[in-house]
Amino acid sequence: MKNIFLKDFAKVIRSKNAGPFEMTMDIVLKNQEDYLYIKENNIINRELISELYRIPQEEIITLCYFDNAHGIKITIPRPRPQGAAGETDMHAAQQHVPLMYIMI
Amino acid sequence: MKRELRILTPLGMLGYGFPIQWFEKGLEMEPHAITVDAGSTDSGPQKLALGLMTCSYEAYYEEIEILLLAGQRKHIPVFISSAGGDGSNIHVDLFVQIVEDICAKHDLHLKLGVIYSEPGKDLIRERLKEGRISPCGPVPQLTEEDINDATVIVAQMGVEPYLKMLDEHPDIDVIISGRTYDPVPIAAFGIKNGYDPALCWHMGKIMECGALCATPAGKSILGTLTEDSFTLEPLNPKERCTPYSVAAHTMYEKSHPYYLPGPGGRLDLSGCSFEQVNDRVVRVSGSRFEPTTYTVKLEGSKVAGERAICVGGIRDPILISQIDPFLDKVKKDVLEEYAEMGGVLLFHIYGKNGVMGVLEPNKDHVPLELCVIIETVAPTEKIAINMCNRARVNMLHYDYEGRIATAGNIALPFTPLEIPLGKVCEFNVYHTMELNDSCEVFPMKVLEI
Repeated sequence: MKNIFLKDFAKVIRSKNAGPFEMTMDIVLKNQEDYLYIKENNIINRELISELYRIPQEEIITLCYFDNAHGIKITIPRPRPQGAAGETDMHAAQQHVPLMYIMI
Repeated sequence: MKRELRILTPLGMLGYGFPIQWFEKGLEMEPHAITVDAGSTDSGPQKLALGLMTCSYEAYYEEIEILLLAGQRKHIPVFISSAGGDGSNIHVDLFVQIVEDICAKHDLHLKLGVIYSEPGKDLIRERLKEGRISPCGPVPQLTEEDINDATVIVAQMGVEPYLKMLDEHPDIDVIISGRTYDPVPIAAFGIKNGYDPALCWHMGKIMECGALCATPAGKSILGTLTEDSFTLEPLNPKERCTPYSVAAHTMYEKSHPYYLPGPGGRLDLSGCSFEQVNDRVVRVSGSRFEPTTYTVKLEGSKVAGERAICVGGIRDPILISQIDPFLDKVKKDVLEEYAEMGGVLLFHIYGKNGVMGVLEPNKDHVPLELCVIIETVAPTEKIAINMCNRARVNMLHYDYEGRIATAGNIALPFTPLEIPLGKVCEFNVYHTMELNDSCEVFPMKVLEI
C-alpha cells in the first residue's frame, strides 16, 4: 500500500462519451513501473468500479488494461442517452472524479 | 526507393479552424490526397433531430475553399466525410452547393463525387422485421415507433462506397460523403492503392482526429503508408508524436482500447508496436483487421418535447438540510396535475449532485448554498412553462419543518423566471443493421463542374 490517492499518482484520469449511450474513463499512469504496480495488484477491478459507480458488475462494458499506453480503460452505460431530458453532463466530461479518490 | 502513400489531414473536425502555415508545410511534402472528417454525434442529439450542423455555413465555406484550391494546385483529390456533422442528405447537398459556389468564384472545373447515406425508413423497417438490426451497445431494441419518431436516420458507410467511386472514377477531384465511419476516407484511399487494410484502417483511425495524437495535441498531420507500417508526423514543429502519445490517443472516446469495430470488420491493436523514428515521428506496425458480418451503424434522434427551466438558489441551512424531501413534495404535487399532460419534471441540484446525478458517490457533503435548476419537458412549450411555473411557485412558498424564513424559499437571479429553452432532442436510433451489399444504402452520383 502506498496510501495515496490515485489522483496524486496517475498522469491522466478522465471521462468522456463513447457514443451517445456509453461513457468511458481512462486512467493513464506516468510510467511502466507505476502501471505495473496498479495492474499486478489488480487495484482497478470490476468490484471497485461497480461500487464507485453503483452499477452491477455485469453492466460494465469494458475494464481493460492497455500495456502500450500504460493505461486502463473503463466503459459503462450512461445514466441516460446523451442530451436527453435530465442530462447533467453532455460530454460526460466530469464523471471521472470517483476514480481520483481510489486509495492505492 | 520504397513505395509510399502520403495523406494530409488539416484538422480533426472541418470547421474548427486550423493554421494555414502548417497545412502549407504539409502540402510541400507532396501528399497524394487531402482528407478531412466533419462528423460527430458528440455535441448532442439536436443536430440529427433538428437538421442543425456542427459548425456554421461560413466556417465550412472558408475551409472547403482552402482545401479545394490546395487540391487543385497540387492535382490531388480532396475527401470530405460526414457533411455538416450528421451526414444527412440536406447537409450533403449543402456541401455540394458550397463546392459549386467556390468553383464558380475561382473558375475551377472539377469532378465531384457525391455519396449519400440515408437508407430510407422503409428499408430500415423491413430489416427490423427480418431481425437484422441490433442495439449498438447499451441501447434498447429498435422499434417501429423509434423509426417513425426519428427525424432522419443515417448509416455510417464503410470503405466500399469510396472504393466504388474511386474504381469507377479514378480521376475524381473531390468526394463529399454523407455519414461516414471516421477512418474511411483515409482507409479507402490506402486500400485502393494496394496497402495493407489493417494499416490503412489504423492510420485512418488516428488521423481522423488530425494531430490530436501528438503532444501537445495539434491540428495538421501527415501520415505515410508503406508496405509494412505507417508513420505519423504532426506538421507544427512544436508538436511531437511519441509512442506513448500515439498509443494513448487510441484510447480516446472509444469503448475499448484495442478492439475497434467498424463496418465489415474489427481492428485489433493489441499486437501493435509504436516506434520513435526521429524526434517527432512515430512508426506504427502490427495492426490487424478481422472481417466480420457486414453491418453499418444507424444513427437517429427525435424531438422529445419542449423544455423550460427556472434557476434558483438556496442559502438557508434549515432548508438545505432537508432539500430532498422538500423537492420530493414539490415534485409530487406538480406531477399530480401535469403527468397526464405528458409533463416531466427534474431538478438539477448544484452543490449536491448537479454534475454527477445518480452517480455521485459523496452523499454527506453539507453545502453553503445550492443552485436548483427546475427542468420541465412537455409536449408543448406552454405546458412546459406552466409546469415550470407551478414548480417554482411551490418551491418558493411551501412550508418545511422548522421553517423560520416565511417570506420565500428560493433566490431567483433571472427574469423571466421561467425560461423556454426550445426543443429537447433524444438519440433513439443507435443500432447496427446488416446489409446485403456494402454499397446498398449509399447512392452516389458524379457531377462535372
